[in-house]
Amino acid sequence: MRRRRASDWSYSIVLGMLAALGFTILVGPVVIVLLTSFTEGRSIKFPPSGLSLQWYRLLFDPVRSSQIHRAAMNSLEVALIAMASATVLATLAAVGLARRRGAWVRAVDTFFMSPMILPMLAFGLAALMYFTFMGFRPSLALIAVGHVVVISPLVLRTTAASLSQLDPALLESSASLGAGWLYTFRRVTLPVIAPGIAAGAFLAFVASLDNVPVSLFLAGPRSDMLPIRIGLRRADRDGAGADAGDGAGGRPHATLAWMTLMRQP
Amino acid sequence: MTTATAEIAAPAARRWSAALRPAEWQLVLPLALAYAAFFLVPLVLLILVSFFDDEKITTMGGAQWTKFLGDRFTWKVIADTLKLGVFTVAATSLIGVPVALVYLGASARWQGVILFVVILPLLTSVVVRTFAWIVILGREGVINQTVLWLGLSPAPLRLLQTEHGLVIALTQIEMPLLLLPLLSVMSRMDPNLRDASSALGASKWRTLFRVTLPLSLPGLVAGCMLVFASSTTAFISQLVIGGNRLVYLPLLIWQQSLVVYNWPLASAAALTLLVSVGLGVAAIAAVGRRGHAWALR
Repeated sequence: MRRRRASDWSYSIVLGMLAALGFTILVGPVVIVLLTSFTEGRSIKFPPSGLSLQWYRLLFDPVRSSQIHRAAMNSLEVALIAMASATVLATLAAVGLARRRGAWVRAVDTFFMSPMILPMLAFGLAALMYFTFMGFRPSLALIAVGHVVVISPLVLRTTAASLSQLDPALLESSASLGAGWLYTFRRVTLPVIAPGIAAGAFLAFVASLDNVPVSLFLAGPRSDMLPIRIGLRRADRDGAGADAGDGAGGRPHATLAWMTLMRQP
Repeated sequence: MTTATAEIAAPAARRWSAALRPAEWQLVLPLALAYAAFFLVPLVLLILVSFFDDEKITTMGGAQWTKFLGDRFTWKVIADTLKLGVFTVAATSLIGVPVALVYLGASARWQGVILFVVILPLLTSVVVRTFAWIVILGREGVINQTVLWLGLSPAPLRLLQTEHGLVIALTQIEMPLLLLPLLSVMSRMDPNLRDASSALGASKWRTLFRVTLPLSLPGLVAGCMLVFASSTTAFISQLVIGGNRLVYLPLLIWQQSLVVYNWPLASAAALTLLVSVGLGVAAIAAVGRRGHAWALR
């Protein structure tokens, strides 16, 4: 049996503690938000001051929460459209780029991935000015276009990763057995890369649903988006100085409940 | 099988299929055109607009830039924004690497559980995550309750609207961005290498710094780049947790564009954010390359 050294003990202790802190930080806030949404009180506090479903009742009340419902439907509609378009465009591009090498291909790939690294807020402002100068009024379609730009890299990455697992010999044997390119794509390529496309589409959907920097600029009064509705209304209300954790009103609370519910798998 | 033989046996269909076969560049074209029209052109427009002197965008000139960059406050905001990114990258790496190591040593079933925990923050909205941190960091929040209960401090700590509080919250919010690339690189690593290192007598620390980390460096660097870019532009978190006391570039852009409606100044601020984040990301990539060369020396 191997002798354990003092440094190995320090390794286990230090890394164990940091990892425990990491798991607490990852899980804690989610648990706290879930429990807080069942509170009886009017303020967002933990532990909650008694349990009730009142905020969920307010949330599903079609009259009192109508604005939130509309914002949520807008968010869902945009996320579905943007996800579908980004998935088609990025999958095609990934297939096109997969088997090519060279400086041009790398440059194009970097260009496609750049929205991940560039600050989205700068793009949001640029898109707002662009659409305004072109004479468009704020609409859900414009938000969807903006989202497609920032979520396509997610589909492109996951699809490219699964394409790299595809053995070129499979394509060659399919072709040499006489299958056309479309048939090969449908029966050989697609089954192999489908998990990658699905993962990318899921990430893209979530990213669109949750997008703030682009929606912030492109959402108008009639195309309210859920994260903007909650985030900004809340920030306005608290303003300067007020300790935002205490004494919040009822509306953000209902939205809190809504957001937690909506993300249940 | 029957459909396969039918399709292969139909020479007419095959000829059509061959004629319609798209070249690879044609598959890339739709996304390239969409990006050119809705990404590249707007960014060029952003540069153009920043070179107009008045808010109605009629006279060209560099007045907004001289005004913006001549202000000492601007430079403080730029420095604070970059500092926020560096702190968040440092905190997520310090905590994320041990989490990744636990994942690496876990059984297949536990790896699934850990992966779920890692993407858990992604399944809740950024806005909800930010509110959760208000509940935790507030005057009567979870941390202050614990601190007072343990008698560590006579009065509640001020965590909201401070840089520490914001970095703590961003550490959770950005953690999946660090861990997903890191885990994908780490799980492709050959476990024999680490076993060999310890069999040859290296301590666990030495194995970590000379084998595991150098080999997973590409994933760590990619994660750090994403965390840096995302935390410096995390507008809602910065606004809700930082309040009006902490000013970062995204807040300036938002105020100038959607409150004051000074688009040229907002464009200048947005370009400043773009360039400073770009330089920060490039610096992380350069450090990563250096680190790789150093580790493999």
